[in-house]
Amino acid sequence: MLNLTSVDWLIMLLYFVFVLGIGFALKRYMKTSKDFFQAGRALPAWICGLAFISANLGAQEVIGMGASGAKYGLETAHFYGIGAIPAMIFVGIFMMPFYYGSKARSVPEFLRMRFDEKTRALNACSFAVMTVFSSGISMYAMARLIQALHVFDGLFRALGWAPEGIFTFSICLSALIVLLYIFLGGLTSAIYNEVLQFFLIIAGFLPLVLIGLRNIGGWSGLKASVPMQYMHEWKGVAHASTNPMGIEIIGLGMGLGFVLGSGYWCTDFLVIQTAMASKNMESARRVPLIAAVPKMLFPFLVIVPGILAIGLPTPHTTTVVRTVNGAIIHETTVVSAQVSEGRGLVPAKINPVTGKAMLTASGEPLLDYDMATPNMLLHFFPTGILGLGLTALLASFMSGMAGNVTAFNTVFTYDLYQSYIHKGGSDRHYMAVGRWATVGGILLSIATAYAAINFNNIMDTLQLVFSFVNAPLFATFLLGMFWKRATGHAAFTGLIAGTATAMLHHGLTLPIEARPGIHGGWIAVLHHYPSDMAQNFWTAIFAFSANFIVTVVVSYCTKARPEAELVGLVHSLTPKPDRAHIVWWKKPEALAVAVLLGAVALNIFFY
Amino acid sequence: MNLDLRIPMGMMFTLVGAILSAFGLATKDRVGFYAQSLGINLNLWWGLVLLVFGLTMFLLGRRRQKQLASLPPEPAEKGEVRRGH
Repeated sequence: MLNLTSVDWLIMLLYFVFVLGIGFALKRYMKTSKDFFQAGRALPAWICGLAFISANLGAQEVIGMGASGAKYGLETAHFYGIGAIPAMIFVGIFMMPFYYGSKARSVPEFLRMRFDEKTRALNACSFAVMTVFSSGISMYAMARLIQALHVFDGLFRALGWAPEGIFTFSICLSALIVLLYIFLGGLTSAIYNEVLQFFLIIAGFLPLVLIGLRNIGGWSGLKASVPMQYMHEWKGVAHASTNPMGIEIIGLGMGLGFVLGSGYWCTDFLVIQTAMASKNMESARRVPLIAAVPKMLFPFLVIVPGILAIGLPTPHTTTVVRTVNGAIIHETTVVSAQVSEGRGLVPAKINPVTGKAMLTASGEPLLDYDMATPNMLLHFFPTGILGLGLTALLASFMSGMAGNVTAFNTVFTYDLYQSYIHKGGSDRHYMAVGRWATVGGILLSIATAYAAINFNNIMDTLQLVFSFVNAPLFATFLLGMFWKRATGHAAFTGLIAGTATAMLHHGLTLPIEARPGIHGGWIAVLHHYPSDMAQNFWTAIFAFSANFIVTVVVSYCTKARPEAELVGLVHSLTPKPDRAHIVWWKKPEALAVAVLLGAVALNIFFY
Repeated sequence: MNLDLRIPMGMMFTLVGAILSAFGLATKDRVGFYAQSLGINLNLWWGLVLLVFGLTMFLLGRRRQKQLASLPPEPAEKGEVRRGH
């Protein structure tokens, strides 16, 4: 059982003090709404770059990638190699000039400049709703993890509080901290804390990976202790049946790499806001590229712990008989069914009624993969560094929330409040609105977290709806930035057609071994996919294509905007800035080539 | 931005590193204390790593701040910068 001592608490407390301290220190620099919402557009590229990946390094990433590593092995690294790196290079080199150069204050505002009001309204509304729900989901996941790890149990016992309050306590504590530091320091505060969290994750997880590898006998020992296909990223990817995820190369490359990855990294204001906060155009373009460098190395930090957890020997109840001074001593280590029915350090899921492990259709115990990474922490870390590891986990949850909250308050204030509710207010007024939008956003997130307890399916449903809305987005931005003929009416109809197609595709297909319902097939089942991930990727491909085709067709039927209005918004109409004075190796393009070569080398290494 | 992040961040990691390595030193000889980390005194060694990292960050941030302070055309004292207009 988890036994935290005062050293662990001290480290955790220290982190909270510094997080809030940064907020208070930044408060006096928050003079205009630009300072609050856009960090004054004055941050150095390396800070924005680290915040760019940290904004995404929330709970879903740290726990989820560990879980996925335990379930699928190194193939999970595709989420990095295919799903992130190319998109990050693309957004830095080709798209950032328009985001940053257009002086738009948010991604929906860019859509208004390029297309029209209704496209912006559609995007702003759906985005605002999604960020609030995502931060609520993040909060819920954190509170559940704190419960599962019994982090606050000792504290509650010492204070004589009822243990049922732990869930509420965790939610309120994290909400309060995030609220305070954003309320005080705005986006700057969120970005600074994301960078802090980036280094904390490394500080907490690097020793975990190193000691785990040492225990299992290094890289070769890890290879020997897991099934062969676990350690290959590419082998078997040509056919769905020969790799653990059940995805074939086209679905993977197109679905993950081109549509989902780009849709996220190139259009989601949650990450783009950090790049838009940097001090000049060259910095803004470098931000995603700087972010790509640690991103390439993150599989070691977040996926490998999951594989290690599966590869380590499963604990069983053992009895050691020793003779000490003539007396025979039986030392019995009792291990619960949850642990001994699992694989490695990944516990089995226990049916709460019977107390026995739940089984899959093929009779194997159902594993609780989400516990892979947390269990690694508990297994290897003695008190002291355990506090650091837990702090890193908490930090990742909180910064995932914070990114959502700052994205929400910016989009709400600029794209909804200023545009449709109250035009022409003073700058001071909008800054106050932004601060209160932060409070409102956090309250809504808390409500979401509580809704998630009472409705079992709400998380799956929300994530499904997000995927419908997000899947077609990238086509709109791609056409908007690189095709001057694309029109506002076309973008709007295209987005709606894309979302409708995603729903239709989901309603007509089903992964094998799933029943019609939330997993698909709620209209009729026309096609079976080998896994839900394959279904997911193909949903995205269909949504993207529908949006692309509809936007092109409608554009030709509607009147194009005059070219003069599109300067700075479309590639072919924007004059190339004079950059002759920059040394070649300082140009973003040089960095991009280096990142690309690094990514290829890593993929070959993991083949 | 007028606050260099490396200063508070360096301070935090220095403190965490100092606490961990001090705790590691104090528990160095306790039998079985480091059994779960394969007999390696993780607190001491990783604490030292963090200490060095924290100090480096802090000193870099301080040096940068001094450089900025010594630049003559910087009227930004006490954050009285007029923005825009």
